Amino acid sequence: MAKKVPIQLMLNGEDRAEFVDSGATLLTVLRERFDDTSPKGGCHQGTCGACSVLVDGELRLSCLTLAEACEGQSIETTAGLAKEGVLHPLQRVFLDGFAAQCGFCTPGMIMAAKALLDHTPNPSREDVVEALSGNICRCTGYEPIINAVLAAARANSHNAA
Amino acid sequence: MAIRRGRGVAAVNYPTGMNLGGDPSQALVHSTPTGNFMVTLSSVDLGQGLKQIMAQICAETIGVSADQVTIDTADTDTGPHCMGTFASRGTHRIGNAVIQAATEAKQVMLEVAADELEVNASDLETDGAGNIHVKGAPQKSISIFDTALAAHFKRGRSISGRGMFLIPRSFPEVETGAMKPSTCYAHACTVAEVDVDDETGEVTVVSVKNVFEIGRALNPKMVEQQLVGGSWMGISHALYETTEPYYPNRDHRGIDFNQYLMPGPGDLAETEIVVLERPAADGPYGAKGPGEMCANPQIPALANAIFDAVGVRIDHLPITPERVLRALKAQRAA
Amino acid sequence: MMRLAKEYFADQRDDDLKQLGVGLQRSDVPGHVTGKTTYFADRNFPRMLHLKMVRSPHHHARIRSIDTSEAEKHPGVARVLTHKDVPHNVYTILILIQVGPEDEQVLAADKVRWKGEAVVAVLADSERAANEAAAKVKVDYEVLPAVFDMDEALAPGAPLVNEYHGNNYYTYDSGSHRKVRFGDVEQGFAQADFVLEETYRSSPIEQAPTETTGCIAVPEGNDRFTCYTNTQAMFFTLDNTSIILQMPGHKLHFVGGTVGGGFGGKVDVTVEPIAILAAKLTGRPVSFIYTREEEMQISSPRAAEKIVIKDGVMKDGRIVARYVKGYTDAGAYSRHSPYGAQKGAAHYPGPYTIPNVWADTYCVYTNRTPSSAMRGFGVTIADFALEVQMDKLARLISMDPLEFRFINAYRDGDMKAHRQPTEGAALIECMQEASKAANWPVAEKFLKMSSYKET
Repeated sequence: MAKKVPIQLMLNGEDRAEFVDSGATLLTVLRERFDDTSPKGGCHQGTCGACSVLVDGELRLSCLTLAEACEGQSIETTAGLAKEGVLHPLQRVFLDGFAAQCGFCTPGMIMAAKALLDHTPNPSREDVVEALSGNICRCTGYEPIINAVLAAARANSHNAA
Repeated sequence: MAIRRGRGVAAVNYPTGMNLGGDPSQALVHSTPTGNFMVTLSSVDLGQGLKQIMAQICAETIGVSADQVTIDTADTDTGPHCMGTFASRGTHRIGNAVIQAATEAKQVMLEVAADELEVNASDLETDGAGNIHVKGAPQKSISIFDTALAAHFKRGRSISGRGMFLIPRSFPEVETGAMKPSTCYAHACTVAEVDVDDETGEVTVVSVKNVFEIGRALNPKMVEQQLVGGSWMGISHALYETTEPYYPNRDHRGIDFNQYLMPGPGDLAETEIVVLERPAADGPYGAKGPGEMCANPQIPALANAIFDAVGVRIDHLPITPERVLRALKAQRAA
Repeated sequence: MMRLAKEYFADQRDDDLKQLGVGLQRSDVPGHVTGKTTYFADRNFPRMLHLKMVRSPHHHARIRSIDTSEAEKHPGVARVLTHKDVPHNVYTILILIQVGPEDEQVLAADKVRWKGEAVVAVLADSERAANEAAAKVKVDYEVLPAVFDMDEALAPGAPLVNEYHGNNYYTYDSGSHRKVRFGDVEQGFAQADFVLEETYRSSPIEQAPTETTGCIAVPEGNDRFTCYTNTQAMFFTLDNTSIILQMPGHKLHFVGGTVGGGFGGKVDVTVEPIAILAAKLTGRPVSFIYTREEEMQISSPRAAEKIVIKDGVMKDGRIVARYVKGYTDAGAYSRHSPYGAQKGAAHYPGPYTIPNVWADTYCVYTNRTPSSAMRGFGVTIADFALEVQMDKLARLISMDPLEFRFINAYRDGDMKAHRQPTEGAALIECMQEASKAANWPVAEKFLKMSSYKET
């Protein structure tokens, strides 16, 4: 049997602990051990961004992150964004803005957008483009996604005002 | 040593459905005891939104709100046969099958309502708000909810329907090629504007204006998704993509997204879409299939724009900076 | 970004729909944005095996021997499959619509015909074990000359790529190519003011959906197998699997319908049969998911094409003859290419009314990666060639490129080269709107044209 190691971390605000294969990626562990299939495996090489999650608030490619290296850290995924059935503002703008078609890139896109807005609540279009440039989308042509993120930023600043 | 601007045009059409026909799809529609409708298919949603549009088609046909309709797909144990999602056939073929099934189900529903109201089924219409009433006398009415309950538990009727849509297969005549490839065609005209750097060969797409004629925009927001995404892919195809960048040498072929190039969010052209609707005689509410066509006209429009800008023809896709530069050098040498 | 130009064809429509013509929210996107949408791979099964395919490193080679003994002994390996395990190893997917012959192998037996062709399937309890064991499979190859160019493949003396066809081209009932013959092109060229012949080429391109091709096959314990798959065509794949596995169709249960992008890249049948076979022979669930590298270089791309167009045009702008020779590079195997090459023939000469048309379309075999369907199959590259040619012709006769297209545009009632009357034409109106939207002025008479039949 492959060597198993214990791992304890916070996932979407909940304490979680599991024995996982030593050397397993965070993506594999999230999907297979923690029952969170929201991050997707589009390439397992770090070139498509579909696996993007936040680790202690920073955007990370979970397919290139060792699960063991996340011991004690706080992971956020798309599956944890809605609170008590109410969509997170980013989820809401993707839905209302028709910014998803096949949806496979969507969880990664939303996390990349969240990482941006958490750090830069009032991004320019260039900021949004830069933040999303690690996420491949084959369906939408990106424009609706950029517009959705800008709409979320505007809604946030409107609410903050 | 300049950035030169040029523009080019292309006009195309595209057949809807599997070439030469012979590609059936079926649908089954039934009502639950409380008047919600299930559409059972074995059709595949690739992201183009098949599930949503079939719900809207069923809802329109029966006369209910789309949120009363649930799509159940794809399971080969429960869904009747569908040829598949390809060749821009989904909306057209599956939509027509859904209309047929929904029409049959609606007829049974109206017959039950007619029995309940003691009128003829032909005197009844739906109000789109969950009720069935006598035409011209809306006060004589029954809810679909009550109609469904009556059908199930009082009248012993199955509010259900079956749909099958098949364009008969055509076989090309051996010597002349006489054949019937499709029953309807969508159309497009694209004007593209580019800036070409005549020192590096790099092409920047400044704008694309796409006019698409698609029969009927069944859900304009979803149509927009498809057409914007397709326009992007057309640009990508024209200028970036190849699995064999060093052909005829087949080494160093791209194996990941770092090597297989496509425009990113920072490389987008200003994109305008205008949609025309000339309903297809045999389309579901006139719809044609635009899913493939929308990624085609940009390619020659860009090639023509590059010629307009710098006077070189690249007749080999993709039109890479290297090819443009080689052509410019040859042009200068001549 | 999008405008609906309702003023066109208003007399053909009743714009009185209630649930259609409305931008209702998509029912699937709440699932996408919350991560609840279930794609085929969003499932875990206990004791699941991972399938790793050992592939040919050569473009063209005879297989002298296959030695799987070391791989079989590798820790974690449950089973190693070769062509001997496949009940009906030689197949072709279009056999379902009677387009044969069967010309492709599920697992290579005595020959490989392209670099990447599947040879041995290794099943192990982890991806890592499967990869390690795959490296221990020994295949003894005798390398053969290969051909990667369609002109070379069609020249006498070229290596024969696919013995099932006997030639390096698909044989239609019309011979080595699909034919369209309409009018008399030679007469057309003779009367033309100008004749222009040009050649266009394209490279293969990848569909590159964000979700790679794959499936998970699960034995149900009652002789039935459930296959969770992202195929674009459920029954097409099921029926081909039934043939390959010699298993009655009702033993197969395919579940899918929610796919992370297709674009034609998920219409071949390359993962389900071998995964289900492995599930049957091991009694365990089997996962076979293409890596991104496999999706890029193994899964079928759009075909490379070569198109020769020769046109005869009059000074007044009318194209009087169009001759097209189109070549589609199917790679080593047919898959959907005979259909795609034929679709090209049906598409020529484009949406224009031309009195004399001659089209020959060929489906050619080379040792390149087998190509197959991709968005615009059979038409995309044809449109590139046709519309660049139109631009060249316009400039040849010193005419505005858009006006030139108006002169030749097809209209209702016009006879097409494949002898169907034009119906539902709208090219003229699209160009009229483009003229306005792009501020590309054309003469007034063109803005007054109509696609409707003149009464």
